[in-house]
This record gives sequence, C-alpha cells and structure tokens, in this order.
Amino acid sequence: MDAITTNTLTLGYGDEDIIKDLDLHIPKGEITVFIGSNGCGKSTLLKSLARLLKPKEGSIVLNGHDIAHTSTKKIAKDLAILPQSPVAPEGLTVLQLVKQGRYPYQNWFKQWTEEDEEAVNYAIRVTGTEDLVDRKVDSLSGGQRQRAWIAMTLAQDTDTILLDEPTTYLDMTHQIEILDLLHDLNEQENRTIIMVLHDLNLACRYADHIVAIHDKKVFQQGDPDTIITPQLIHSVFGLQCQVTCDPICGSPLCIPYSKGRHMKGVNNDETTVNKQPIK
Amino acid sequence: MNKHIPFRFYKISFLIDKRSLITITSLTLISIVLMIVSLGIGQMQISPIEVVKALFNSSGDMENLVVQSFRMPRILLAVLAGAALALSGAILQGIIRNPLASPDIIGITGGAALTTVIFLAVFSDRSNTLTLSIHWLPLASFIGAIALGFIVYFLSWKNGGITPIRLVLIGVGIAMAVQAVTTMIMILGPIYTASRANIWLTGSLNGTNWNEIISITPWILGMIFILFIYVRRLNIQELGQDLSINAGGFVQKDRFTLLLLSSALAGGAVAFAGGIGFVGLMAPHIARRLVGSAFGSLLPASALIGGIIVLIADLIARTVFMPLEVPAGVFTSAIGAPYFIYLLYRSRNQ
Repeated sequence: MDAITTNTLTLGYGDEDIIKDLDLHIPKGEITVFIGSNGCGKSTLLKSLARLLKPKEGSIVLNGHDIAHTSTKKIAKDLAILPQSPVAPEGLTVLQLVKQGRYPYQNWFKQWTEEDEEAVNYAIRVTGTEDLVDRKVDSLSGGQRQRAWIAMTLAQDTDTILLDEPTTYLDMTHQIEILDLLHDLNEQENRTIIMVLHDLNLACRYADHIVAIHDKKVFQQGDPDTIITPQLIHSVFGLQCQVTCDPICGSPLCIPYSKGRHMKGVNNDETTVNKQPIK
Repeated sequence: MNKHIPFRFYKISFLIDKRSLITITSLTLISIVLMIVSLGIGQMQISPIEVVKALFNSSGDMENLVVQSFRMPRILLAVLAGAALALSGAILQGIIRNPLASPDIIGITGGAALTTVIFLAVFSDRSNTLTLSIHWLPLASFIGAIALGFIVYFLSWKNGGITPIRLVLIGVGIAMAVQAVTTMIMILGPIYTASRANIWLTGSLNGTNWNEIISITPWILGMIFILFIYVRRLNIQELGQDLSINAGGFVQKDRFTLLLLSSALAGGAVAFAGGIGFVGLMAPHIARRLVGSAFGSLLPASALIGGIIVLIADLIARTVFMPLEVPAGVFTSAIGAPYFIYLLYRSRNQ
C-alpha cells in the first residue's frame, strides 16, 4: 500500500517546470529519502506533497484521497511537514512551539484537552526536550532547536512525516541523533517518513527506499543496496565515485574521487581523478 | 510544568501561563492607578481619594464636574486609542513576522491622515468655515485607514497570495506617497485647515467629550472581541506560511481578515485621537519582552501597555507646559523614534 502517490505531477514556478509528469509511489510505513543535486526539485516535490505548493498539473493522493479535494485540517491530522530551517517568532518558548502542533485538533474552546497534553508530553519526551520546555526557541543551539521543531511536528500526531533536510547545520553527533530518532519512530510506531537528505551515505543507512531525482524526473528509485551504483551517482550528481560497503551498517558507501591531500603509500592514479570540467 | 495551570471545564480547556497572568493583572492595576492619578492632575489638583469620591457621586460640585465631565472622557480616550493602536501593531507584527511593523510604518495611519486633510479642504468654504459638521471627521479618517489597508493588500498580491516582505515594501512606499499628497493638500489649502490638520495629525486628545467616547467604545470593543476569536490563528500565522498551511490554517483568508482588523483598529484610534505616533510599534514590542510571543498573552499585554503609554504622554502634554497644551503625539514620537532606531540597530545582524 502506498502512503502517497502522484499522478502525472508537474510542478514549477512561473513558466519554468521543475518536475514534469511525475508518477511516484511512496510506500507506507517505510523511510523514503529523496536525493539529487542542488536545485533538482526535491524540496519542491516534498513541499507539493504537503500541499504547500499547488501542482501545475496532475494530482497527489494521500492514503487514497486526492489532497486537492480533502480539507486542509483533515490533511493536517494525517501528514506533517517540517520545512528546511524554520524560524520561530522572537520570545516563543519550546512548550508554546510544540503546542502549536496541536492546532488541527483544537478550536477556540478546546485549546488544551487531555489528548493535547498527552501528545505534547509524548513529543517532548521522545525528542528529549524535557529540560528545554520553558526556554526560548531563539536562545537554543542548532541541535536543540531542531529537536524542538521535530517535537512540534510529532505533537501533530500524524502517520506520515515529511522533513526537508532535517540535519542541515547540525554537527555529526546531532545529525545521527535526529536520524536515529526518525528511525525509531518508523521502526516502533510504523510511521511513514519522507525526507530530503544531502548526505548520500546517511541516506543509504537510514532509507528503505531512495528516490533519485534528476532532470525533472525520477531517475531511479528503490532499495539503496540495489540502486546506489557509481553509474547512478555519476548520472545524477555528475560525480565520479566508488561505492563500497559501509563497515558498520553494511549499506552502500559512496567515496568520491577528488583532489586534495593524498596519504603516502596510496596509489594516486591520475586517470581516475574527477575530470569534470569546472562549470 | 508548574509554570502553567491547565484549565479544564466541561468541553472548554486552556493552558494558562502563570507569569503572563501575573504580568497582565499587574498591568491592569497600573492602568487603573494611573487613570485615577491622572484624573486628579491639572489646573485644579485633586487628590486620588477625592477623585474616587468624585467619580462615584453626582453632587454636581466643581470637583465632580472636572473629574466626570472634563477629564474622564479624555482619559478614557487615551486608554482606548492607545490600546487600539497597540493591538493594530501587534496584529501586523504577527502577520508580517517582523517586530518593526506598525500601522504608522506601513501607511495605515497615513491613509487616515490623508482623508482627514481632504475632508478639511473639501468641506471648507472661502471664509475657512466648515460646511459640514466636524463630527464627520472621524468617519473620513476611518475610511482612509481601511482604504489604505486594502490598497496595500491588493498591491502586495502576487501569484495567489501576499508575502510579508512585499506587504512591508509596498506599505512603506505607499506611506511616503500618501504623506506627500497630504503635505501638498495642506500647503495648497487655507491656513486654517493647515494648522487644524497639523494638530490632529500629531495626535491630540484636547477637548474630548463623552459623545466621542460613546462613538469609539463599541467600535474598539467590537474589534477586540473579533480579535479574541482570532488569537489562535494569529499564533499559527506567526510561524510563517508553510507551517500555517501544514497545521491546517487558512493562511491567505486569515491574513486578509487580520489586516482588515488591524486597519479598523488603527483607523478607529486615529479617527478620534489623531495620529499618535509609534504606539503601535512600541507597545507590542515591550509586551513581547514581558509575556513572550503567544498572542493569548501578548494581545492583552500590548493593549494595556498601549493605553499606559498614551495616558502618560497625554498627562505630560497637558500639564508640563501649562497652560499651554502640546499634542500627546509629540511625546510618543519623541520616545518612539529613538526606540525605533534602537530596534533597527539591535536587529542589524539578523
């Protein structure tokens, strides 16, 4: 069963198309990662799946319902998106931010029901933000802030969660921390996670399903173990690399050819160095 | 979470922030005390206790007359106008997501000013007498504020919606243009118009009577009531377009209603009290410092602070240079302009 399907989806701003006639199937209960070079439209695609951008043509179906004909509040209970580097209003506390995730469930009279409290407490607990609840979001470090935002997204209590580069600006420890959290949410609660990641090796580790986007289309999609090859990386990113096996997870590990300082004793074969002309 | 009190009764539930509740209660008390003190200060000095006595009797003696008929309407107008301007600013800062937004800066008060000078120019005859009752003046300025709100809104419209940055840039541009036309009309118009308009433009509460209070009160309270319903939507608006849509909000529809509400509040205040500058900028900003960004607390705190600012400004305006009377707007601008520069300076690295 698919969480999301798109039918001949065309996206773009003005006259320019960014995604053209896309038919995509995103499996339910799995982690799907969009990869592709800068500006290939992976963020645009993610936004459109969460109705933040209207398609020029085609349709998007979420759990069997066309999102164009579903009420936005109903969608908000099924799907949540965390955009890239969101900015919180000055002076807003973490608790106030996480509470906003309950918006689709609330109305003027019901602003803090027991379910709201439970969902917010749950989100704060799993993201490890208990000690931050009364802190101001703008005073937090990058990793803490990102966890606060993810807590808000979780408080929305949706089966499908979309994240646009949730690890941007984070150091490696915090990147792993966030991705492990998403992995657990998928594993333990069977939530569908769809995200854009820049780091190919982390994408290969965490994704059940990779969608490589290139030239307004899906270039290839599937299990990272089968689709991540030097040919794919070269076609999608224009980069020469070797693909080996991740010594820890056993997933594909891409090691690019490049210039740089070479260790003594390593054979530096001229012919394999990236010979892409500098654009 | 002992900093918050969950409130649940039948189907109604809220989470109350203790600190904000205390701050808002204190601000309310400060406002009341200031009103009483201010009622006693003037050419005839009355002690606070005498003021309270004079408020609750109808003896018709001098103190009773001064407090109830002369000073009370003026003080009520100061509080109401201040609150309305502050709320107008708080709404704009929420939808534009910028603490520098205010009804003065995006031209809403400028629109009110323009229609006011037009009113004075059109309805004056050759001997500088108004051909229409001055009581229509507030209506003119109110129409100006709303019309300007609409113009700015529609000019900012692009690709099926408005973006905050376009709203600000177009607002600032329109504000300049409107100001130029206002000045032109004042220069071309009769001298009487110019001086009268000038006092009004600066914002003066001189000569307020009970009729004005009776006209403005339902208006402002009505707007506050609607705003009360919109608190939740303002909170979600402040997270920005993408996250509001994500949470199931109606971004463009709400932006339109809120901008209209903001114009109506500023228009109401300017109509009766004139262009008291910078209150819409300062009050919400100070309130944000005190109670944070959640609008449930931010709106009442802003309104109270706005009232307090105008009350103090008017108190200074009518007492310091006695018997000369200076428009209250002079004082709010004198504090507001440096405050604005301070805010700009502070946000230079963001």
